[in-house]
Amino acid sequence: MSEKKVKRREFIFTATYAVGAVGVGATIWPLIDQMNPDASVKALASTEVDISNVEKGQSITVLWRGKPVFIRRRTDEEIAKAREVNLDELKHPEKDEDRARDPEWLVMLGVCTHLGCVPLGDKGEYGGWFCPCHGSHYDTSGRIRKGPAPTNMEVPKYEFVNSNIIKIG
Amino acid sequence: MSDHDYTPSSKFGKWFNDRLPLLTLGKHLTDYPTPKNLNYWWTFGGILTFCLITQIVTGLILAMHYVAHADLAFGSVEHIMRNVNYGWLIRYVHANGASMFFLAVYIHIFRSLYYGSYKSPREIIWILGMIIYILMMAAAFMGYVLPWGQMSFWGATVITNLFSAIPFVGESIVTWLWGGYSVDNPTLTRFFSLHYLIPFLILGLVVLHIWALHVPGNNNPIGIDLKKPSKDTVPFHPYIVIKDLFALLIFLIVFAFFVFYSPNILGHADNYIEANPMVTPAHIVPEWYLLPFYAILRSVPDKLLGVIAMFGALFILVILPWLDTSKTRSAIFRPLYKQFYWFLVADVLILGYVGAMPAEGIYLLVARVATAYYFAHFLIILPILSRKEKVLDVPLSITEPVLGGAVSASAVRQRKDKL
Repeated sequence: MSEKKVKRREFIFTATYAVGAVGVGATIWPLIDQMNPDASVKALASTEVDISNVEKGQSITVLWRGKPVFIRRRTDEEIAKAREVNLDELKHPEKDEDRARDPEWLVMLGVCTHLGCVPLGDKGEYGGWFCPCHGSHYDTSGRIRKGPAPTNMEVPKYEFVNSNIIKIG
Repeated sequence: MSDHDYTPSSKFGKWFNDRLPLLTLGKHLTDYPTPKNLNYWWTFGGILTFCLITQIVTGLILAMHYVAHADLAFGSVEHIMRNVNYGWLIRYVHANGASMFFLAVYIHIFRSLYYGSYKSPREIIWILGMIIYILMMAAAFMGYVLPWGQMSFWGATVITNLFSAIPFVGESIVTWLWGGYSVDNPTLTRFFSLHYLIPFLILGLVVLHIWALHVPGNNNPIGIDLKKPSKDTVPFHPYIVIKDLFALLIFLIVFAFFVFYSPNILGHADNYIEANPMVTPAHIVPEWYLLPFYAILRSVPDKLLGVIAMFGALFILVILPWLDTSKTRSAIFRPLYKQFYWFLVADVLILGYVGAMPAEGIYLLVARVATAYYFAHFLIILPILSRKEKVLDVPLSITEPVLGGAVSASAVRQRKDKL
């Protein structure tokens, strides 16, 4: 057998394996991707909330994409407390100004970034939230201060449609 | 299974066996030579087989009445409890059966640890067993989600969120597992599907587990290799069959006590409240059989490292045959290992206890010490013991100490010293 013929056979083998691998991949992908959020889940992407009845120092919890969202109208004291913190002390440094564009309104996912429990309000060592599952303490800006959670509670995309309505998502 | 030249007596039996040697297999299973000194700790293999069959049969029935939908699941479980004929019994047997299954599997695993059954030539049996154990935990976790109570929902949330600790792709994996942005109906339906699948995977692995066992044969309390068959062995049937059945009977008394007298004692009252994504129960804990691992997870203050420690605690068991390389199998002849074995038992029990307690103060401190000791046992103590420990002399056969009138291991050694 000449050397040229062997190379040709190797090429055919490699090409066959490659086409086979692509084919197997293309076949398996739908079987995997079917588990991702479907069209009906994605369709529930945004929700509008009326906040006209929320007084200072009160918070409401609404459901967005199956997750609780905390909307808190903070007191002046809470705002001051959140803003005077030195960023160096924070595990996940974020300015309160960036988390609450309107200082009075704090909107964030009420989901502990540790393992997804719903933290309790007006609790914990920093006057903010406390997660009962594994003991994470959050401050009045929803930033992680103590405990196993790695990051601050997430601020979702939201906008004020008018002074009474917040659109989340 | 080629060690048999079995010829069925009937003509039809011979005709059938020549085409499918099932009768040869049956003969192998009844004649299977078993060490004659097996104690009652060796009966849990049979008990576990019984548990698996019980879970499959009761689960099959529950699936006829259960509805896997976030809006209907909770109600359908109550329907089973109140309306379906004997539904309460079948559900309580299934729910408590899971706990009994884990009780038996923990005894089975700790028996293996004490008598060194994981050592050469039985490493594959051990690894298959560990895969079965991990699948059992997955099946139990998903089964606990199905009633869609508060503990179901929040247990599912916490456990699936473990995967969010994986760097970069964690969030995508969790969304993929959920089929949404939180635990919801798509999560429930896929858990139901997988909960139905896993027991049959376990059944297949059990066949491999027993097949791998029948190659070297059973280990035994003194942990020596035996000639088979010999005067050190007895045939599996009837000797072991009747002993296993008697042990099963005792086990069933405990099982029945839970089912009939305290069917909810191992569960949580919160799971009789329908799932509510807005409120997490004040104190969430997993089922008792997962508590030691839960304690390890919580004892590490970093999310990713905590998850790694928890899965590491399981993985370390898989590689155990290569951590404990002592040639002596049974703890009877390893005076130091025997003590550390009981320290480990105590350590796991302590981990289980603090796993059920709030993660703060003294509990957290104890959990950290116990977690450190757990890893030290496998990674430091066992490798050192394997090299340094002075083991006692091991008898050459099961009958030797009996015929020599020696019962205790030290007596055997004295006698051998004289020889």
